[in-house]
Amino acid sequence: MTLALASTLALATSMLERVAAFPALGTLRVTTDDLWVMATAIACGVACGVPGCYLVLRRLSLLGDAISHAVLPGLAVAFLITSTRDPLPMLGGAMVAGLITTLLIAALQRYGRVPADAAMGVVFSSLFALGVLLITWVARDVDLDPGCVLYGQLEFVSLDTRRVLGFEVPQAFAWLAIMSVVNLGAIALFYKELKIVSFDPALATALGINVALVHYGLMASVAASTVASFQAVGSVLVVAMIVAPGATAHLLTDRLGRMLALAALLAGSAAALGCLATLALHAWFELEASVAGMVAVAAGAQFLVAMVVGPRHGIVSKLMRNFRLALRIRREDVLGALYRLSEAYESRPRRPESNNPANAPDLGGASTRLLHAGGEPVQATLRAGISGVLGRVALASLMRDGLVERVPVAFAGSLPEAASPSAPDGASRGSSPGPSATLRLTRQGLERARALVRSHRLWEGFLESELGLPPDHVHGPSHRVEHYISPAMRQELAEQLRQQQRDPRTDPHGKTIPDES
Amino acid sequence: MLLDLVSSALGMPAAGASAGGFAGSGAADGGLSSWLTGGWLSTPVVVGLGTGLLGLASGLVSPFAVLRGRSLVTDAVAHAALPGICIAFLLVGERNFAALLGGALVIGLLAAGTITLVHRFTRVKEDAATAMVIACYFGLGIVLSSIIQDLPGNKAGLDGFIFGKAASMTRSDLMLIGGVALACIAVISLLYKEFKLLAFDRAFAQSQGWPTTMLDLGVMALVCACTVVGLPAVGIVLMVALLITPAVAARFWSDRLATIVLLSGAFGAVAGAGGTTLSTILPAPPAAALSRGWPTGPMIILTASLLMLASLLLAPRRGLIARALQRARRFSDPEVTPPAPEVSP
Repeated sequence: MTLALASTLALATSMLERVAAFPALGTLRVTTDDLWVMATAIACGVACGVPGCYLVLRRLSLLGDAISHAVLPGLAVAFLITSTRDPLPMLGGAMVAGLITTLLIAALQRYGRVPADAAMGVVFSSLFALGVLLITWVARDVDLDPGCVLYGQLEFVSLDTRRVLGFEVPQAFAWLAIMSVVNLGAIALFYKELKIVSFDPALATALGINVALVHYGLMASVAASTVASFQAVGSVLVVAMIVAPGATAHLLTDRLGRMLALAALLAGSAAALGCLATLALHAWFELEASVAGMVAVAAGAQFLVAMVVGPRHGIVSKLMRNFRLALRIRREDVLGALYRLSEAYESRPRRPESNNPANAPDLGGASTRLLHAGGEPVQATLRAGISGVLGRVALASLMRDGLVERVPVAFAGSLPEAASPSAPDGASRGSSPGPSATLRLTRQGLERARALVRSHRLWEGFLESELGLPPDHVHGPSHRVEHYISPAMRQELAEQLRQQQRDPRTDPHGKTIPDES
Repeated sequence: MLLDLVSSALGMPAAGASAGGFAGSGAADGGLSSWLTGGWLSTPVVVGLGTGLLGLASGLVSPFAVLRGRSLVTDAVAHAALPGICIAFLLVGERNFAALLGGALVIGLLAAGTITLVHRFTRVKEDAATAMVIACYFGLGIVLSSIIQDLPGNKAGLDGFIFGKAASMTRSDLMLIGGVALACIAVISLLYKEFKLLAFDRAFAQSQGWPTTMLDLGVMALVCACTVVGLPAVGIVLMVALLITPAVAARFWSDRLATIVLLSGAFGAVAGAGGTTLSTILPAPPAAALSRGWPTGPMIILTASLLMLASLLLAPRRGLIARALQRARRFSDPEVTPPAPEVSP
């Protein structure tokens, strides 16, 4: 494994050298030490980010924060007992402290009836304070000071190396790489159990899985990753790496396997980006920024980007979805209004002169005629439907799709199809077509509109027969629901009406329910 | 340097430096506090009074945050104070305490707002949002402070800020903390009814037309104010304890908000003053390299935790011992009807 990592690093070095050949990047000098810093940060990201996904999913993110603070007394006690800073006793002490943290929080919640978040705050701050006091008590060694626990010494990882398989490897990197492998292995082994416990603990219990054991196993893994990390990178970066990649991945996918893989990738890229940003700041602005802090900021920036432009759960795509739905509803409203208008026109009291193209009816004439057939409110609906920005977009898209067309008023009502005239377009705005042009449904538009009106009226009938709503209360709900009724559902509704001994061809207002086209 | 800068901004004599450059300390010495300049106000008394007042202020605010379910948002606000202070320093570039306080206040409120926004507009839950904000804002703060530390002319580290350094508190700090405590008392007594409504039933408050968002921000502003004056004393990481633990302890003793608020303030004050006293009277740790004695901030927090533990055990009705006795009595005397189930908090 180390061999593979070393060759990967060699590859990365050669790629970075190639990148450095760009004139703008020429000043960005990358040394082997910088690469080790980056590799350590990436290993930390993978070690913490993947188990962190489960914390995010189980709404335990703050437990990661709490544990990463509360391992401090564990470190101090381990140091007190063994008087060394060897990683193994430190790891053991920290894991015990992490488990004690979760147990204390659970106990305070259960026996003290303290809310979960307050219990967490009390426990981790108390343990952290205890840790600081213990360290003050025991530490002659300056290396084990609380400050370095908080923000680490990522910059200096390559000062403390050890030989692994013939390679000179920073100790911190070695530990983090081991931790990553252990965590990934444990997750691969218990993938099924972890998944079921994360999403449905009750079902897991019923299936005979020991939920508490899985929970404490996860906590132990988080605590171990935390302590393996924060000797090198500090607890700030640990918290960022536990929560941020998981939360970002959660915005990008709905599948657990992909979420874990994405979290590992995102943690790695945040680490690399943070290190590169520090190098760039150093090379171009001569500013010395903390690498650990920069990696945390990079992880936050990734989250921000995913939050705004994520494919399904991003803010932009949500707004787009909302807009598309609003547009569809507006288009269907216009189609429905045109259909009702043509209905009203068909059933108008016939007068001989209206069929005479010679005295083409002007707007006023059309309105008067439609008024007789109850067309006036429909016309108002239509006018409202095609006004405003959304209305204009809706009308333009309807005309582009060939569902609605603009015809001279003279042809209104003289169509071969049953459908036809409609509202004076632009009358409300007085724009170009003027009162001499009008809108009508095309043959395709007619079919769409018929299905929509059929849905509306079937639903009205359903509301009246099944819920006993009075006829004057059924229009509103049906107007909202009509956009979501499928052909299969229309069939079912018609069947239902038939079973209720009602005429599936007439709605509660006595209007004809059109046939399915 | 940042420590130097802030400590002198606060009027504290920075390590090794003489207290001289800060106009505020001179004003405080000459003006309002001239009557305080009696010999009895020695440094330990100043520190004890200051941490006591700090505990009082945060204890009074804490029930409104804890009961509203925003305990850990206060942690985020405290962590966000670091980038706030750094940004204010980079912008203003001088040792101006008002600017630093303003920066911490603005960025702290921004952090609270970020949590709300992320929670409302994405599928990320409130806990993940809070943890993200803590880590990323604090990370930004560390980046900025590492940059500032590297600027020419500054040398000291950040530890004093992150872990607090109560021992270097001066009279002008005391005045400032006293002012914040007074402001907390004033705001809480003026808006008591509104805060109470907000803590227990935000939806109802909203339906009654109260500006709940503004009131939430108001509570968070009080939290920010306590945090900012508390940073030099107990530090960023432990400030959260002063804003949670007193309320949790007080909750064991009473079911009435007014009692809880007063008790919580008292617990905070006792923890502050008591912790400071403990850290001075306890024998210095054997291994302390610089023989500075026990750090005050952690001692204050542990005192608060002990108060909480004592409340958990000893409180009359909700305490563990009282409940165990009750259960034993019920067991030995089956005639006694079991008490009605307690209302969970």
